[in-house]
Amino acid sequence: MTLNVKERRNKTGTVLVATGEINSETSGSLLQALLPLVREGKPLKIDLTAVTYVSSAGLRTLLVVYREAQHAGVAVTLYGVSEEVRFVMSATGFLDFFETGEAVAAAAKAKAKAKAKAKAKAAR
Amino acid sequence: MSETQSEQVLRVDAYPTHEVGGYRVRAGKPFPFGANVVPGGVSFSVFSDQATSMTLVIYKRGEPEPMAELEFPEEFRTGSVFAMTVFGLDHENIEYGYRADGPYDPVTGHRFDARQVLSDPYARLIAGRDVWGVEPDRSRGYQYRSRVCLQDFDWGDDTPLGIPAEDLVVYEAHVRGFTRHPNSQVTAPGTFAGLREKIPYLKELGINCIELLPVFEFDESDNPRSNPETGERLFDYWGYNTVSFFAPKAGYAATGRYGMQGDEFRTLIKDLHAAGIEVILDVVFNHTAEGNEQGPTISFKGLDNATYYMLTPEGYYFNFSGTGNTVNCNHPVVRNYVLDCLRHWVADYHIDGFRFDLAAILGRALDGTPLPNPPLLELLAYDPVLRHTKLIAEAWDAGGLYEVGNFPAYGRWAEWNGKYRDTVRRFLKGDAGVTGELATRIAGSPDLYSSRGTAASVNFLTAHDGFTLADLVSYNDKRNDANGENNNDGANDNNSWNCGAEGPTEDPEINALRTRQMKNAIAILFTSQGIPMLLSGDEVARTQQGNNNTYCQDNELSWFDWDQVDDNAELLRFTREMIAFRKHHRELRSTAHPTGQVRENLGLPDISWHGERAWQPDWSSESRLIAVARCGTGDDDVVYVAMNAHWESHDLELPALPGGRSWHLFADTGAEAPHDIRTPGGEQELDNAGKYLIGPRSVVILVGRTDDPEML
Repeated sequence: MTLNVKERRNKTGTVLVATGEINSETSGSLLQALLPLVREGKPLKIDLTAVTYVSSAGLRTLLVVYREAQHAGVAVTLYGVSEEVRFVMSATGFLDFFETGEAVAAAAKAKAKAKAKAKAKAAR
Repeated sequence: MSETQSEQVLRVDAYPTHEVGGYRVRAGKPFPFGANVVPGGVSFSVFSDQATSMTLVIYKRGEPEPMAELEFPEEFRTGSVFAMTVFGLDHENIEYGYRADGPYDPVTGHRFDARQVLSDPYARLIAGRDVWGVEPDRSRGYQYRSRVCLQDFDWGDDTPLGIPAEDLVVYEAHVRGFTRHPNSQVTAPGTFAGLREKIPYLKELGINCIELLPVFEFDESDNPRSNPETGERLFDYWGYNTVSFFAPKAGYAATGRYGMQGDEFRTLIKDLHAAGIEVILDVVFNHTAEGNEQGPTISFKGLDNATYYMLTPEGYYFNFSGTGNTVNCNHPVVRNYVLDCLRHWVADYHIDGFRFDLAAILGRALDGTPLPNPPLLELLAYDPVLRHTKLIAEAWDAGGLYEVGNFPAYGRWAEWNGKYRDTVRRFLKGDAGVTGELATRIAGSPDLYSSRGTAASVNFLTAHDGFTLADLVSYNDKRNDANGENNNDGANDNNSWNCGAEGPTEDPEINALRTRQMKNAIAILFTSQGIPMLLSGDEVARTQQGNNNTYCQDNELSWFDWDQVDDNAELLRFTREMIAFRKHHRELRSTAHPTGQVRENLGLPDISWHGERAWQPDWSSESRLIAVARCGTGDDDVVYVAMNAHWESHDLELPALPGGRSWHLFADTGAEAPHDIRTPGGEQELDNAGKYLIGPRSVVILVGRTDDPEML
């Protein structure tokens, strides 16, 4: 199983779309694609919607990228993590290290809700 | 490239020197043993004293036939260690093993057979039993496959909790059994990840240490029996037959099918630590899964049988473990193996302590005789890496060696106190003549541990082995037919009492008495000096339908039934409050055995004994009532515990209290819930200060304190 990576740049940063499996055979190419993007210093989103499996080596690669990004002060967010991949990441503790798009969206939603509530309260 | 990313260091040993079987290789480093990822490849190192040659066998992951067989060149051997680095291996996608050639001569102890592929005793991951209960394909030549893994888990700021031994409240649990029941409501039932989801329950219960039944790789399908009543297959459910000592059981991990059991288990440990809970592993170094001469050859037998096992002069296996073989623990090589293994679990898994199954075997010499100064026990007691871990011995074995109170401790070892269990059980069921010994046991067994302090005693009433607490008060006799051994297995000296009916009953009086007896047991356990250990599920009256040996039962007989958390909320609340009470009162956790010395601030001795009359304990053979009052250094209050195993109530005269203090009621197991127990600090002052009527078969706990600190 191979891995394809495509970059998409927009005003807010870069999106890297990965397709396939991230394992010991493919994680090297992923690392080569990601590290230069981290060094650019713009916010980076990794879209895993089309990633079916992330092996132990794959998870470690993502964590290495994340550590590099932390060091460079670059925000890295994972998007489109499938249920199975999310479960594996959660059970093995890797999920604790990452910002995931779903979590970011949920936090933003909660914040907006709280803001609306406060506004409504002030209006009363 | 940022400065945090390690530069590739140029190393001379990152280049091959030889070619073997089409692979580029070089001599490896003898230490550390096992398979280790090194620049450019994987270094393999294995010990065999008598092998004439050694071959590394490499498989593509999951394939039945090897992809390579690389014989170690003679020049790659250092002493009796074969070491080789193989370049260009994708460590994530291979499995490996060894063929060891040498003499086959069982009389001299050698059982080499180069046809067998052997598992690496130092393998940190094992493939082959990845998902619990899946029937293995036994036609495959190599069943338990060693795998290579990185040891780069990110522990964050996880550090040992270092909870003082005397403050521990141990909870003995089975990884799978704890959440396997469909009503556990966890994402992955029966796994490390499932247990992780139940941490809030453990925290709320108040325990601060979980002791896990064996988690080293074992083969649950290694049980040929089936249930004679239902025909269902039986398992090796407890897991006391270890296949591989450095590898966490894949079938206990939801991610085992991906080979991520190591990270999943570490994540559980990290989160338990974050919740203030230490982790102790139940470890089995007395025997292995290889059995006797009839058993399978998995690893040790084929690598160096005469080193690893105690053998008779005729070359048969000594059987001090009752399971076929006995590990040669005090052989210098095996000693180091055990040490390496425990260091691995402490350093790479942040384990806080170990409970050693049938630990008396660890004190036997190479010919089986007990040693006065066993080098293995000394080695573990003083080892730098293990220095602050808890070491707990099950201080007996199946060969008749019983060392409770005499285990060679080197100031470090605690023991499962079997005498505590037996004495309290006999008292609870109303045996005559037990009060004297009961007093000794609840005071931390000074007769056994006078030089070691109370924390040498792990006090327990129930454990995985034997009746659960609910069954202890519901069955006079074991009901083990489902194990397929004609009810011949399991202990017969249970000291249990069914309260008037055998097994389940609709009789409300009997059921009320059973509940009371369970509360009595819990009240005595948590007010005894020593380390209390609770069997998982006893807090909600978990039953095994009278089966006192569920080693093979992977079903509802063994699983924690989460519906009971609501159904038996009364007992759960009682247990929680008792644990909280223990934490609240240092005098119950004192490491020093009581001496009777008077505490100056209270004018009372550190311990005093009472009967129906204050200061007049009845030690006579017909007495079934004893009360104890404790006050510790620096404590301002007094804890009084009256234990009545008599079937009649008694009027208690309470000892007078100094300086403005009065008696307050914390618990009375004879009272209807919710009046059976209160929250520590919320005790109710007694109306009749000098008297208390204790009901039949009840425990009463009072606190002597003042509600007005000015009075002190």
